[in-house]
Amino acid sequence: MNLELLTQLTQAFGPPGHEEEIRAIIRDIVSPLADSVWVDPLGSLVALKKGTGGGKKIILAAHMDEIGVMVTYVEEKGFLRFTRMGGINPLTHVGGRVRFADGTVGVISVERREDFSKVPTLEQLYIDVGATSREDAPVKVGAPAAFMRPLVQQGRRIISKTLDDRVGCYVLIEVLRQMQAIADDIYFVFSVQEEVTLSGARTSAYKIDPDMAVAVDVTGTGDTPKALPMAVEMGKGPAIKIQDSGMIAHPAVRDWLIAAAERAGIPYQREILLGGSTDAAAMQLVRGGVPSGCVSIPCRYIHSPSEMIDIEDLEQTIHLLVTAFNPA
Amino acid sequence: MNRDTLLELLQTLSNAHGTSGDEIEVRRALRPYLEGHVDSLRVDAMGNLIAHKKGTGTQALRVLITAHTDEVGMMVVDHTGDGGLKVETSGSIDARLLPGLEVRVGKEALPGIIGLKAIHRIDDENVTAIDQLTVDIGARDRDEARELAPIGTRMTFATTAHPLGRLFAGKSFDDRAGCTALVALLQGAPLPFDLFGVFTVQEEVGLRGARVAGYTVAPDVAFVLEGTIADDLPKEEEGSPTSQVGKGPVITVMDRSYIADPRVVRYLVQVAEAAGIPYQFKQPGIGGTDAGTIHLTREGVPSITVAIPCRYIHGPISLLDPQDLEHTIALLRAALEQLTPEVIRRS
Ligand SMILES: [Zn+2]
Ligand SMILES: [Zn+2]
Repeated sequence: MNLELLTQLTQAFGPPGHEEEIRAIIRDIVSPLADSVWVDPLGSLVALKKGTGGGKKIILAAHMDEIGVMVTYVEEKGFLRFTRMGGINPLTHVGGRVRFADGTVGVISVERREDFSKVPTLEQLYIDVGATSREDAPVKVGAPAAFMRPLVQQGRRIISKTLDDRVGCYVLIEVLRQMQAIADDIYFVFSVQEEVTLSGARTSAYKIDPDMAVAVDVTGTGDTPKALPMAVEMGKGPAIKIQDSGMIAHPAVRDWLIAAAERAGIPYQREILLGGSTDAAAMQLVRGGVPSGCVSIPCRYIHSPSEMIDIEDLEQTIHLLVTAFNPA
Repeated sequence: MNRDTLLELLQTLSNAHGTSGDEIEVRRALRPYLEGHVDSLRVDAMGNLIAHKKGTGTQALRVLITAHTDEVGMMVVDHTGDGGLKVETSGSIDARLLPGLEVRVGKEALPGIIGLKAIHRIDDENVTAIDQLTVDIGARDRDEARELAPIGTRMTFATTAHPLGRLFAGKSFDDRAGCTALVALLQGAPLPFDLFGVFTVQEEVGLRGARVAGYTVAPDVAFVLEGTIADDLPKEEEGSPTSQVGKGPVITVMDRSYIADPRVVRYLVQVAEAAGIPYQFKQPGIGGTDAGTIHLTREGVPSITVAIPCRYIHGPISLLDPQDLEHTIALLRAALEQLTPEVIRRS
């Protein structure tokens, strides 16, 4: 487990459409490992590991972007109102901090409300950057910001912001590192704008025109107090997607992943996610259709600033994919 | 284009009727203003009017600019025994605005009035829902109503455009203001690259025309011209005006349909500042535009929406400041003239 790399990946700035910083970090890492590396018009980073020939074109995708907020209005007294970039929940953000691209830090707080028993709406929250007036505020309307929260390892668990989906990026990097010579061309797609419109994976897949596509992302778990029932638990192995609210995994891709887990002797879970989806949903609908699937790392508290995963789950996900690609 | 010519064009386009899927009258109104200024004009399968203006070829770029021709309106869905028309909205319209308004119904533009209960007879405070409204075209009975306005007949607001103080008033500035700006750009001198000006269809019902137009043109970069919400009248509580009339072109950094390419945002800001053209950022997260489908076409297209601020859009009459329209044209013109592949190059 390369904790330093995962720390670097999770702490990098990259709200949807503003992935420059995280892209530069990943690019430096993958460039020496891949046969060619490019950036697509919308900003997705693609690293191609060429096969020995006669094989298929396969996409492995993880998204670089993270949920965030964008300033919508600067008040006369310098407080910032904001909107969501991706699915954020006001409940988990009050008292937290955000960072803007230029390094400015802001505190998220909430207006005084008549009824404290109700969850505040996004409109009732504001960001305080310590400014004294509109003119004094260091950021303007349209500025994106990302949540702040350091990475901590505690026993087998990792707690951090943006494990969704920098842990997927980590998996891609490690799989790329461990790729042996195979016939297939593997396109490692570090996609953009997954959290809003799945735009990056969709457009990169169009360009690549693959025979198969697999997304690597986090998924929810049903193992916390009074959680929505879900048969995925943290620490019980990678989750192989059956379906989610945006896609049904292609049975051949699903079974190919299951076979790899069994061959490698890795515990795995069958995932049915009721709310949410991944880049695979967009990739399967590109051009004439692409058989697509997804491997998920079980993750608690997704889209909060403190997401939690299990190290074994992460390592087994890498092992699963390496096994899947390498001939038996 | 001088202001009089520009406003005459805006007036012509604003007065044309064209709900989503039935934009032919707007296309007809546009053609005479484009012929002779572009190298080719064609209509695609969806009804998008595609103008191709060849460039001098000094910059290796393909640039798409769109503005949508459709407007919000209503469609006949049933008839009542006493000759009234039952309607559904086409695009988002606030039904509270409708009672008592005058409309133009069908290809013959028959006058119609959206039924209004006399104030003397109103017994509850509740707002009328669209399915309770009836459009009156003076038909004697169901049969005559059916003959004059069969199911599927479109209607739009009857407003005709006119000056209003320093402002200009008319219906459907969303997006006939954008269409006006696009005509002005296409009438200008050739640019260093090929320009594709597309007057799109069915924006108001799901950004549909732009989606195929983006595919057909396969541009390197796309600009979407819009008429957008100006909510700039005094409010009880401090809050974003979304955009403000008179403060210049409105750059959309993010709306519900897309996130603008930050490099193109920076580029436009830099061009505006260098040229001394005022500009504003739209309140992020509001609305959706053709950029939402264009940016997703093929390998992806860096896209941005620039809008003319308009008060009361999607209502029977909207207001804009002619100066905002001129500034929008000037900003786009300057941005296009100086545009190089470097602005959007990915290494
Ligand atoms: Zn994710
Ligand atoms: Zn519009």
